[in-house]
Amino acid sequence: MPVELLNVIEVMLNGLMAGIMYSLVALGFVLIYKASGIFNYAQGVMALFAALTLVGFQTGQVPFAHLINVIFGTHIEYWSDGLNTFVAIILTIIVMVILAYLVERFLLRHLVNTEPIILFMATIGLAYFMEGLGDLMWGANIKALNVGIPSGGSFWWEDVTKTWAPAEADYYGMYIDVLDVWAAVIAILLVVSLTLFSQYTKTGRALRAVADDHQAALTLGISLRTIWVIVWSIAGFVALVAGIMWGSKSGVQFSLSLIALKALPVLILGGFTSIPGAIIGGLIIGVGEKLFEYWIGPLIGGATENWFAYVLALVFLMFRPQGLFGEKIIERV
Amino acid sequence: MKYIKLLFTTGVTLIFLAISTMASAELVFPSLSYRTGPYAPNGIQFADGYEDYFTLLNERDGGIGGEPIKVIECETGYNTEKGVECYESTKGQGALVYQPLSTGITYQLIPKVTADDIPMHSMGYGRTSAANGKVFSHVFNYPGTYWDAASIIIKYVSDQEGGDLNGKKIALVYHNSAYGKEPIRTLEELSKKHGYELVLLAVDHPGQEQKSQWLQIRRDRPDYVLMWGWGVMNQVAIQEAANIRYPMDKFIGVWWSASENDVLPAGDSANGYKAIAMHGVGDDFPIYEDMRKHVLDAGKAAGDGSNLGTVLYNRGMYAAMLAAEAAKTAQEIHDTRALTPSQMRDGMEALKIDQARMAELGLPNFGPEINVTCENHGGPGLGAIQQWDAGAKQWSLITDFTGADREIVDALIMEDSDAYAAENNITPRDCG
Repeated sequence: MPVELLNVIEVMLNGLMAGIMYSLVALGFVLIYKASGIFNYAQGVMALFAALTLVGFQTGQVPFAHLINVIFGTHIEYWSDGLNTFVAIILTIIVMVILAYLVERFLLRHLVNTEPIILFMATIGLAYFMEGLGDLMWGANIKALNVGIPSGGSFWWEDVTKTWAPAEADYYGMYIDVLDVWAAVIAILLVVSLTLFSQYTKTGRALRAVADDHQAALTLGISLRTIWVIVWSIAGFVALVAGIMWGSKSGVQFSLSLIALKALPVLILGGFTSIPGAIIGGLIIGVGEKLFEYWIGPLIGGATENWFAYVLALVFLMFRPQGLFGEKIIERV
Repeated sequence: MKYIKLLFTTGVTLIFLAISTMASAELVFPSLSYRTGPYAPNGIQFADGYEDYFTLLNERDGGIGGEPIKVIECETGYNTEKGVECYESTKGQGALVYQPLSTGITYQLIPKVTADDIPMHSMGYGRTSAANGKVFSHVFNYPGTYWDAASIIIKYVSDQEGGDLNGKKIALVYHNSAYGKEPIRTLEELSKKHGYELVLLAVDHPGQEQKSQWLQIRRDRPDYVLMWGWGVMNQVAIQEAANIRYPMDKFIGVWWSASENDVLPAGDSANGYKAIAMHGVGDDFPIYEDMRKHVLDAGKAAGDGSNLGTVLYNRGMYAAMLAAEAAKTAQEIHDTRALTPSQMRDGMEALKIDQARMAELGLPNFGPEINVTCENHGGPGLGAIQQWDAGAKQWSLITDFTGADREIVDALIMEDSDAYAAENNITPRDCG
């Protein structure tokens, strides 16, 4: 195979992997929007908060240490050498469930039957509150995150693909980050689990009922409040997964909340209400932006990925306003 | 009753006047910091170093020349609009010098500080051509500029290659902003002189996703990769370089891509990464004994003390030291303890610090000698190369401080500052 073709395949493959990473963030948005019609602006911050909490448990950091030290004049920072990663993940999930309960108890419960824009604004407030809370609890310094997932270029894949090029081409072989492969596997498991959960469990069916028609679900005795807590808990779990994968790449730091920006074009393209749409949308955005950067980027100064993803999503929007897999909403007066 | 009211009003007015007179006797140094947002990990370290040095002077020496120091902190979040708001809200409080720690804010403040007669120090950042003091009367960027940094890195790379860069390929991975684009012109001019090929790779803010850039580096196989990054862009770039197994000792960052924050997340794979330094590294300097005794142990530190000796803490401390020395110079020039911003500007323009003075300050050989003049606001323009040891988790300087290619850099500074003067109808000052 000519090296140029192999390069294009490599770019596409890495685009697919990047797309999976975007999908992991987009999934959380879809879950909440599907069940409650809320566009959760705080999803990126939830990923940050979950990752901060995980590292805090892993390293044995005392929450609110800075605040405690200022008030009581102490110098505490760590309460132990830290917890086993598995235990830390379980505890973080519990924290995210508690957070979901608190969001429902103190925010959503008071905003039932209000306009979607009010709910959206409430999530903006929630995002800033959680960012401040995360800072206060765990500090603003950058934290290395290691949950044992291998990372770096795959030697095996390089060796396999090296032989695909002519011997005289001095081809390095194709690059693929092992961490991205793991992210893909985890994303597939996540989507399959979520689909099975929503199709074959009683709670899952209740979730779908609420998503289809709030009023009808209420008449059947389904508690909207319980469903919201469950949905926000699941979105919190998805945020933790996204936080782990992105945090493993760059360390856990406050810019992690900006990964939400990469999920928006995915949502526009895939639809706000479709779990498979979040995955397919992510893959299309990932491959599209990487190929554009590869072919057109050098001609126009590069750094095209951020804006091209939105352009691509807007083009789809012109033909399918509800996104590729979104539900077409017809309102009659 | 009427007279009682009048007496009361007069009394309150007099008390306010007395308080304001007392306040104006303090030397006010605003700290335009960012302790929140995506760039907070870097902003906190710098702000802590800046504030702690002034606290040290207050606690140990009673201020500067016997005049107490007041630091006013204003949160910019590394946001240009907020930075300008901070400037506007603090300039009336006797602010002596602004250090925005952001190239974007610096660009916005250049015309404002000049009009308000308040000096600004963009130490190793901001608009490089502000080094021409004839055009930029109120802006200082000593001890070095971006263009000095680019030139010194190329000089180092050239030394590594036996003095010959002809036919070599050098890639620049840069933050797609005014800051990141600063070195491009210099590197282009240097490529004409040395014969290397320059490959430009822009990374959009914040830089969390850089797969395309590093795949291209893997395909193009440049001999060296330079980086002009900030915040998460640095950490991701170093991790991606490690992932594609790019040799770390051929990956060199500017001094804003050179902190512990940038290398620690990548762990052992960051070992050998290099960057240019504008000052010394670590905490093996006598000043730290005083800092621990008078500031940290006294419970007066700006942070929790864990940042002492980090690159950006040292830089904040260095920035404060340069400001304090300029204030001292201004006090001597104008024979007064209380200073106005205009007098502070004079002090900055006459700042001279030799190694003997650095040793007196507890910072022997921490940085190069400084000699600011009316023409040269950019300082000596020296830099050294520092390298990261992942095992020991520390930086060490691996070269002496060396100078930039003045022939190229000075010509570019003149060209750019002349263009600025023409655009803004500025008549360059006569520096005698």
